[in-house]
Amino acid sequence: MMRGQRRVFGEEIMPGSKLMTMSEAIERFVPDGASVALGLALEPLVPFAAGHELIRQRRHDLTLIGPISDLLFDQLIGAGCVRKVQAAWVGNVSEGLAHNYRRAAEQDIPHPIIIEEHSNFSMALSLLAAGLGVSYLPTKSLLGGDIARQNTTFRQGTDPWTGEPLLLIPAIRPDVTILHVQRSDVDGNAHAWGGLGVCEEAALAAQDIILVAEEIAPRETLLSDPNRILAPAFKVQAVVHEPGGAHPSPVQGYYNRDHPYFHMYHTQTRSVEGFQQWLTEWVMGVANRQEYLARLGTERWQALAVKEHHYAAPVDYGY
Amino acid sequence: MPDYTPQELMVVCAAREIQDGEVVFVGMRLPLLAFALAKRTHAPNAIGLFENGLMRDTPSSELLYTMGDCPNILGAQWATRMLNVMGVLAQGRADLGFIGGAEIDRFGNLNTSRIGDWQHPAVKLPGSGGGADIASLARRLAVILAHDKRRFRERVDFITSAGYGEGGNWRQRVGLPRGGPSAVITTLGVLGFDPQTGEAFLRSYHPFTSAEEVQANTGWPLCLSPELSPTLPPTADELRIIRECDPQGFWTR
Repeated sequence: MMRGQRRVFGEEIMPGSKLMTMSEAIERFVPDGASVALGLALEPLVPFAAGHELIRQRRHDLTLIGPISDLLFDQLIGAGCVRKVQAAWVGNVSEGLAHNYRRAAEQDIPHPIIIEEHSNFSMALSLLAAGLGVSYLPTKSLLGGDIARQNTTFRQGTDPWTGEPLLLIPAIRPDVTILHVQRSDVDGNAHAWGGLGVCEEAALAAQDIILVAEEIAPRETLLSDPNRILAPAFKVQAVVHEPGGAHPSPVQGYYNRDHPYFHMYHTQTRSVEGFQQWLTEWVMGVANRQEYLARLGTERWQALAVKEHHYAAPVDYGY
Repeated sequence: MPDYTPQELMVVCAAREIQDGEVVFVGMRLPLLAFALAKRTHAPNAIGLFENGLMRDTPSSELLYTMGDCPNILGAQWATRMLNVMGVLAQGRADLGFIGGAEIDRFGNLNTSRIGDWQHPAVKLPGSGGGADIASLARRLAVILAHDKRRFRERVDFITSAGYGEGGNWRQRVGLPRGGPSAVITTLGVLGFDPQTGEAFLRSYHPFTSAEEVQANTGWPLCLSPELSPTLPPTADELRIIRECDPQGFWTR
């Protein structure tokens, strides 16, 4: 298949062939124009390695879907990959505003983007609706406010039982949901832990799932705790083994958030030129995640390591 | 000059909004510290909800830069999906929510979306996050923001998080089930809201300022509480705890 060519989403794939490189996963499963959900656990588990590969492969006209985005959407917007943003918040959580998002919305730099404003709850409901196979879900949140007007996909409705006003939130069905997880087997049975945000809803809503895992573990390990499985493996098209793939965001049990990196990015990307320098240094100038981590340096990477392990008590699934 | 920063006093004011035993929807930034302070002083039984899907009945052991930081997950009482904590909020089980913002108006409507024209804003702000949901659905709302004329406007350009709308029974009319702002904690003072009109009034001004200075930095004629007084300064204990939580002053200096 040609790079970036439109594909049919939700195709069945051959079993046993899901494990692949990030480059191959993005090339095969995220074409130009795709709608992509990512950054779904909010601040942790942000699939930065996948986002950077989208930039390296020069994807364009993407629709980005997510509740909040701590840097990643800003990077994709600045790199010119994005046509539309469906999100509740795009910024830099510990620093404030997102400079590329601002430049695109205020000055059409690098080009105009369409923004559909959401709240976190409306985003979660959109994905849940798609996951449940219904065209909308109602809420009492956002009534009377301007998000309900700015986002013209929302509709006003009336509760058929009580006659009270409701806001109807339409389903959002991503072509692809990209999830960073702690561990997965080669078939896409994956464990994620911590605050899960809308990971499960986005996985259920998506046509295809790309899993990016810190560790590839045997099937027996994953199935030993089926309550912790994130999503149905049959929807997973690609499993990418990418240690450190969520840096600078944190992965519980693996590494902490690199707060100074967020500060550095915030300072450096105030200007377009500064962003271009960042892009060259951290994305275009490295071939893959291993080279990115090498650029980060061993000392800095080790400083983010888990200081003290805290294991959960085992549970007994015996009978 | 006082021996504390305006941000430290804001954390103290935010913590004082939390009553013991309450379920608190904790937002970003200063409220992360306020929750820790309240837990260690007058509200040991408060419960914190975080929109990424966390519930805690103890403060985290380290300073949080974001609610999703690893120390906030270790020792959580519940680590779950966002929809589960949003459900707690939607049912009316969250007593108090905290949010921040860029602009606020006399009825407590908050803008965190866009300043100026909707199509081509002068400033594109990050957006709601969970703020609009907390403002819609919490039983009480406390807003935290810097106080200047640019931010305290007669009308905001975009209502991201609804306060009392146009005043009076607006919230009920549009179908919001409960709530509305009860406090606005700023760099200069603390505002409350008239339960009948929904209009903001000055409850207290910080000890290093005055009612006149607050008015000079507010974009509409501000009503004054009959009990208007200076804000109670932080106690030595409160300052000690804040500085233990944020030794580098990341949020408070």
